Amino acid sequence: MERGMYMRHKEAVIIGAGPAGLKAAKSLCEAGASVTIIDRNKDLGGQLTKQTHKFFGSEKQYASVRGIEILKILLNDLLEYGTQCEILNETSVVGLYHDKVIACVKDDKFFKIKAESIIIATGASEKSIPFENNDLPGIYAAGAVQTLMNQYGVKPGDKVLMVGSGNIGLIVSYQLMQAGVEVVKLVEAAPSISGYLVHASKIQRLGVDILTQTSIKRAIGKEQVEKVELWNLDETWQGMEGSEQTLEVDTVCISVGLAPLTELLMQVGAEVMYVRELGGNVPKIDHRYQTTVKGVYACGDVCGIEEASSAMVEGALSGIHAAFDLGYTIDDEKRKVKALKEELKFLRSGPHAAKIRAGYNKLGVMI
Amino acid sequence: MDNKNVIICRCSDVTMEELYDLFDKGYTSFEELKRIKRVGMGPCQANTCGKMVQWELAKYLNKPLEDVKFQNYRPFTLGVKLNAIKEASEDEDES
Repeated sequence: MERGMYMRHKEAVIIGAGPAGLKAAKSLCEAGASVTIIDRNKDLGGQLTKQTHKFFGSEKQYASVRGIEILKILLNDLLEYGTQCEILNETSVVGLYHDKVIACVKDDKFFKIKAESIIIATGASEKSIPFENNDLPGIYAAGAVQTLMNQYGVKPGDKVLMVGSGNIGLIVSYQLMQAGVEVVKLVEAAPSISGYLVHASKIQRLGVDILTQTSIKRAIGKEQVEKVELWNLDETWQGMEGSEQTLEVDTVCISVGLAPLTELLMQVGAEVMYVRELGGNVPKIDHRYQTTVKGVYACGDVCGIEEASSAMVEGALSGIHAAFDLGYTIDDEKRKVKALKEELKFLRSGPHAAKIRAGYNKLGVMI
Repeated sequence: MDNKNVIICRCSDVTMEELYDLFDKGYTSFEELKRIKRVGMGPCQANTCGKMVQWELAKYLNKPLEDVKFQNYRPFTLGVKLNAIKEASEDEDES
């Protein structure tokens, strides 16, 4: 590190370079602000780096374009701003303090950044479930399977049990089959399939059985998973003795939902609230995406688990608001904000988004 | 289910059985559990086990999830080598 670089001063810092963070960066750059994007991974893009499937949602948010292609568009958009948009990849934010000091580690070097404005777009982490021998090799979270397969071209196993029928579970099942992996069964603890029926039908047509009100009781194996035991759940979600069935699989893929990654928000002192419908603790944001800490904004999945399309719109909006608060004039600001808000409303209008609407309602955020 | 073989916190190797033993002893908040058993204090910082502990606590206390307080987060989120901090602070002194 160069001398005097211990505390760097930056105008706007975005933590997390997923769909929300990259769109926020674009809004800020457009307004004329200097932006620093921090991401702990080598490749920017968050979940987009492994989303080989085509998006739903709206045309403005790249419906029918593959996630990995959307990522190229978002990165390309930022390239034109040159050094106005600094990228710190493979950099972990290890601490966030009230005075907007960001403690970072990159290549084993420790340094701090003092920012005027911070946008937290850290996304979410995968949830897990407890079952016997859940530490056996061969048990993965769905995101890990996607990373292995879609990003690095590594086959996770040959015979998979998928746990969870949300969109990720359904899409990853299909991607596993495309990679020549057998999806032996898909189990869902709830009484009905929770993802889009179009995704579910696709894998059902290919012969995958989806069992509802069923969960994994235990994994069996010496060095790695060799078998799994499933059981039926009663209406209180408890496993029923005597309902067990055994399957031969070498891989278990857990896809039971996501939880917002709010640790940095909590460190900085932003108030959070537990909203079940949004996936767990979420920051109390105002209609301009500002948290209870002035100058600290949040957008994307960290504010509630949704689709990447909504994350992109939220990112764009929070970038505009942050730029305005930094003193920049944004051309046509009112019209832009209005259009983005309408876009978001449309994305959250379907029956599948009822939960999201209920969640934001609880949080007291108008959507 | 044999709770001895159910891992709740994989960073610190805490089982479901150990967790329930602590519940029975009266440790029924995340903050207490983490101080006693280091659950949630490893590299994942409760991002994997936290939700499971919260769920089990809700079941044990017969409370809705909303009423089970989650743990507090403090810096640092990752292990940082002392040498890195030392080098950085030397740089700060000189600049």
